[in-house]
Amino acid sequence: MIPVLFRLAWTNLRRDRVAQVMTFVLPIGFFSIFALVFGGSSGNGSTPRVHVLVVDESRTETSAGLVQALSEEDGLLVQAKARPEGAGARDSAVALTRERAESLVRAGDAPVALVLPAGIDTSLLRYDGRGEKALVLTDAADPIAARMVSGLLQRATLRLSRRAAAEYGGAPDTGTVDEMLPARVETRTVVGEKRTSPMIAFYAAGIAVMFLMFSASAAGGALIEETESGTLERVLSSRVGMTRLLAAKWLYITSLGVLQITVMFTWGMLVFKLPLLSHLPGFAIMTIATAACVAAFGLVLGTFARTRQQLQGIANLVILSLSAVGGSMFPRFLMSETLLKVSLVGFNAWALDGYRKVFWFELPVSALWPQLLALALFTIAFLLLARRLARRWEVA
Amino acid sequence: MIALRIQDARKRFGTVEALRGLSFDLRAGEMLGLLGPNGAGKTTLVRALAGRVRLDGGRVSLFDRELSPDSARPELGVVPQELALYPLLTAGENLNVFGALNGLSGDKLRARVAWALEWTGLGDRAKESVKHFSGGMKRRLNLACGVLHEPRVVLLDEPTVGVDPQSREKLYDMLAALRSAGAAILVTTHYLEEAEARCERIVVMDHGRAVAQGSLAELVAVAGLPARRLTLHLERAIATAPEGFALDGGGTALTASVTDVAAELPELLARVRGAGHAVRDLDVRAASLQAAFLALTGKELRE
Repeated sequence: MIPVLFRLAWTNLRRDRVAQVMTFVLPIGFFSIFALVFGGSSGNGSTPRVHVLVVDESRTETSAGLVQALSEEDGLLVQAKARPEGAGARDSAVALTRERAESLVRAGDAPVALVLPAGIDTSLLRYDGRGEKALVLTDAADPIAARMVSGLLQRATLRLSRRAAAEYGGAPDTGTVDEMLPARVETRTVVGEKRTSPMIAFYAAGIAVMFLMFSASAAGGALIEETESGTLERVLSSRVGMTRLLAAKWLYITSLGVLQITVMFTWGMLVFKLPLLSHLPGFAIMTIATAACVAAFGLVLGTFARTRQQLQGIANLVILSLSAVGGSMFPRFLMSETLLKVSLVGFNAWALDGYRKVFWFELPVSALWPQLLALALFTIAFLLLARRLARRWEVA
Repeated sequence: MIALRIQDARKRFGTVEALRGLSFDLRAGEMLGLLGPNGAGKTTLVRALAGRVRLDGGRVSLFDRELSPDSARPELGVVPQELALYPLLTAGENLNVFGALNGLSGDKLRARVAWALEWTGLGDRAKESVKHFSGGMKRRLNLACGVLHEPRVVLLDEPTVGVDPQSREKLYDMLAALRSAGAAILVTTHYLEEAEARCERIVVMDHGRAVAQGSLAELVAVAGLPARRLTLHLERAIATAPEGFALDGGGTALTASVTDVAAELPELLARVRGAGHAVRDLDVRAASLQAAFLALTGKELRE
């Protein structure tokens, strides 16, 4: 009996392509995606580079050499120039000022900036705790970036003045650890300095968007249930066309999404001190745009899948992949530059960037236009695709 | 007056010809049974009439108005074979939804929902979720949802499948009430005795076309069956049937076709007695719809 039942089970699996995909392809897909996200984009174990803005206020041969030495560090992506604030796309980039660098960190364009003040060139390798300090301007959400820049600055300094260091013959044994460093560094947090729970805003948005996608796919999948029960046929036999039916479902899932995100953030506010009330306009507009987009995405899944099982498999694969790449499971600012760009093909990355602008960088609603535009375009594309896929339910 | 006219309806799905020149009429106020083996094209026809299937050829007219899939069909009510109800909604809520989707609103909708609850006998269960209903209750509600907007033509696809005799009786009483109100009813069914008892006319479909239509007597004639069948039950089994008879029941019965029972029966009985056989009992039956159906469509399985 056991061999018969054993063969029966394998035969069933051989005939069920969805089960085969779920069993063999899905784990490989997830493994690859998570390896890319968490293990470095190249897959060779290298850590993603930290994007650092460098302001050279010293403008000496030594400070220029230091910037050059920093640029040679594998772990850093050094940017010393940027277009002035408010400049057009055709304006050329100029050397960064302290103020410009700080505003770029505040806007989330880079997680950290390094200011080499005037006099830094004569303050290196003094080992007496005196002289000018390099200033690291950092976003509290990314503490790793600040520490990495501080550490690599030391190495760059040593590399730059290897010969000089040899002449000194080593550090004096009476100073503190800080005094023994070749470059003195001060770190100042310019974003998120007052936050009590810096990661709450990220994870509230990340988790909310991920579960919103699951809810939307389930709601979109109601079309499959309605097909099986015959209610869809009955509804389409009445005065309702497919376009109106999809529009009604989209509005329903959107309103459900708005409610779901609101509940999530309210919980965050009550339990984790998420500052919801002080960011209501930005929250409201991002929530509506995100829910509308996710609802349209749910309709695409619902109209694409032929069975409940198929929907479940596809939804798990797509949603978990998008969540991993888009920043629901792992903050996007810790990803490599390449992956950061790649992740923007997913609408959820835009949504999370928008929430980050609202809650973390506290930018005005007007600063959300790139995210809102992207979400609107995704929404339109999803709705058109869902309408196209829904043609299979129309007149045969 | 012709309520619904189907002329030379044709529909092909890939290599399968579901409808191959089907033609028949549904007269105003009549109940017409549409019979056919599985795969004969009945459901395709109902879907085409409901605007859910685009015909490749032929015409469908509703009260002399030619229909296309996009045409409005306010005079038509469709009751699908599936229990197309929302199980988490109450009976009243289901009726409200499908009434609204068929264009009813306000006082008219409220009045029709109240009528439907009364008509289906579900008035005291109006606020219960449909998922708790029995099969018969769901069938009644399924019917009501299709006729809330007072259609003049009602299409029913297998309305009594899977329900007990009491529920069937109730469903046909409900249909009789619709007919009394002037509706024409087209019903597809595999329950031949129901069609025989309830429908004035019957269309027998096979391979996508009508192979016969009319009253039972007309179908029997088209099928080439005798009007009546005489069966003589014998005291003992015999090996050879007398002239004009056929052996049946393992030799314990003789059958014969008769047209005029009073004139032919004495002669037939005398012939059996003359052959030395004793008759224990006899019965005379009119040709059934079942016999006509099988004669018209054959006995081969279709699936």
